[in-house]
Amino acid sequence: MQPFTTLTGVAAPLDIMNVDTDMIIPKQYLKTIKRTGLGTGLFAEMRFNEDGTENPNFVLNKPAYRKAEILVAGDNFGCGSSREHAPWALLDLGIRCVISTSFADIFYNNCFKNGILPIKVSQSDLDKLMEDARRGANATMTVDLQSQEIHGPDGGIVKFDMDEFRKHLLLNGLDDIGLTMEKAPAIDSYESKAAKSRPWL
Amino acid sequence: MANSSAPRTLYDKIWDDHVVDTQPDGTCLLYIDRHLVHEVTSPQAFEGLRMTGRKVRAPEKTLAVVDHNVPTSDRSHGISDPEAATQVAALAENAREFGIEYFNELDKRQGVVHIIGPEQGFTLPGTTIVCGDSHTSTHGAFGALAHGIGTSEVEHVLATQTLIQSKAKNMRITVDGKLPAGVTAKDIILAIIGEIGTAGGTGHVMEYTGEAIRALSMEGRMTICNMSIEGGARAGLVAPDEKTYAYLMGRPKAPKGMAWDMAKAYWETLVTDEGAHFDREIRLDAANLPPIVTWGTSPEDVVSVAGVVPHADSGHTEQKKAAIARALDYMGLKGGEKMTDIKLDRVFIGSCTNGRIEDLRAVAKAVEGKKVASTVSAMIVPGSGLVKLQAEEEGLDTIFKAAGFDWREPGCSMCLAMNADKLAPGERCASTSNRNFEGRQGFKGRTHLVSPVMAAAAAIEGHFVDVRNWG
Ligand code: SF4
Repeated sequence: MQPFTTLTGVAAPLDIMNVDTDMIIPKQYLKTIKRTGLGTGLFAEMRFNEDGTENPNFVLNKPAYRKAEILVAGDNFGCGSSREHAPWALLDLGIRCVISTSFADIFYNNCFKNGILPIKVSQSDLDKLMEDARRGANATMTVDLQSQEIHGPDGGIVKFDMDEFRKHLLLNGLDDIGLTMEKAPAIDSYESKAAKSRPWL
Repeated sequence: MANSSAPRTLYDKIWDDHVVDTQPDGTCLLYIDRHLVHEVTSPQAFEGLRMTGRKVRAPEKTLAVVDHNVPTSDRSHGISDPEAATQVAALAENAREFGIEYFNELDKRQGVVHIIGPEQGFTLPGTTIVCGDSHTSTHGAFGALAHGIGTSEVEHVLATQTLIQSKAKNMRITVDGKLPAGVTAKDIILAIIGEIGTAGGTGHVMEYTGEAIRALSMEGRMTICNMSIEGGARAGLVAPDEKTYAYLMGRPKAPKGMAWDMAKAYWETLVTDEGAHFDREIRLDAANLPPIVTWGTSPEDVVSVAGVVPHADSGHTEQKKAAIARALDYMGLKGGEKMTDIKLDRVFIGSCTNGRIEDLRAVAKAVEGKKVASTVSAMIVPGSGLVKLQAEEEGLDTIFKAAGFDWREPGCSMCLAMNADKLAPGERCASTSNRNFEGRQGFKGRTHLVSPVMAAAAAIEGHFVDVRNWG
């Protein structure tokens, strides 16, 4: 996994509440057995017209935001299904950070497994960042995970919370399966205890 | 296994019994007793194992089935959609290679993953259960801590039989009173989501209690827990009781003989202690609930069937007003329209929310001797092969077909429309599933979530009807 340290890039405003995983990646794109190439399906039903042409009004199709790496979105981003295809699709199109007031649990978890940083901020901070994002390509933001800060285009700073363990994994691009496998002795001893106390399992 | 004397919730107890390791920041390694796997969210996980040379740690604790992608037409001659066929073949191959039990598309035990777990007795009280599917919360109806995970976590569980988790908060939802006739478990959960919103349970595990929950069958409790995720919760729970044990007794994978007695003694300890702390409490009176229909594109967009579509300016914030306007536009509805005036093109009865035998019996009772409206195309998709067989044994299929319903093979079907069962743009559907998101049942399709009887009545009349005074 690619580590996440700092990111400076264009932020796209997606001012919609409850952006669900069906919106992020519609199910016709879930038939793949790979993790890559899902960018073509990202926000497909908003990004493309029925005939397959681009919808010029959708934010990521506007010239200013075609290279956006940060998404600033409304409440409860990523609600709905557990599909990890959602962060895979974001990543495939180059988006490595999503900022919202809240995220659905499973989506939030899935981001960290893929080197995407989801950031929760207060409503007033979100309003401010949304305004910044509306200014387009010249208004880049810098996200610094180590110091847990977002630097806006005018030098304004928004602080954010992050749990230590997740931060550590993301900063170092660590594979958590590898880490857990180092705890095999603890898992073994749990299993032998459980085999006695709940042998029917 | 931790055992403190302070009063604990049901969630606390199951959690404590599964902690393998705790880190200084509170992040835990949680042991997973049961892992369900399906074709859509698992191929990349198995691929990951192959690439790193890792094995499945406990193949006997894993059960695989195909459901999301399979056609619901006759599939004895194969699956014609090449991409779906590839995913199905990949799961068959992965199950074989890694030594996992697998129900293929022709197995009579095949069905929606959350229906077959309980049906096989794979789902048991006090266990931790995960699956790469958000509606894993369904299994909480048995007093199991069950939640959906992403594909990387599927790989993590396959390799280590554990999951990295931090503990969620406790939330209790008490549903008092008795449900009026015609009002069901589906209406209870839609009312709850309407009350707390789709993010209302975020970061919490919800325990459902109260007279109305106790009175529900296991099927009804599964419907409630199934949609906990629509309220944002990580999992839903109902404490096990005699109904739970009666449902599980004799199931193929449930314990037998002395093991059963021992298990039952443990299960009986799985209740929230008097005085245990809940971070949030919600109370609802079942006696006041109407049959509920969603009008919009989020499961929180609920209204009584006797009510009207809301106006955009009824939103409390600018964001909410914009969300209502967007949903009305997508749904092709105007504020103030009576719900019972809304005409339907399609009816879908099935899914892990309402595709069990009890749901089909309720539908059969409602439609016996009646005809589906000529303007409506209605399908019934049993949740599993065993549900289908049971329904056929009881003659329900004859009632459905005589009424003009299409009787299909089991699977997820039009709940998420990954197979050929989908809405055409602009088509309006009464659906017993759990999500009314934009495009969920087909590009530009319009979904209204309802209970099975409400869907059945709508199929017959061609528009929504209040089942409390119908039939
Ligand atoms: S029936 Fe629907 S909600 Fe249930 S597992 Fe299948 S797709 Fe998911």
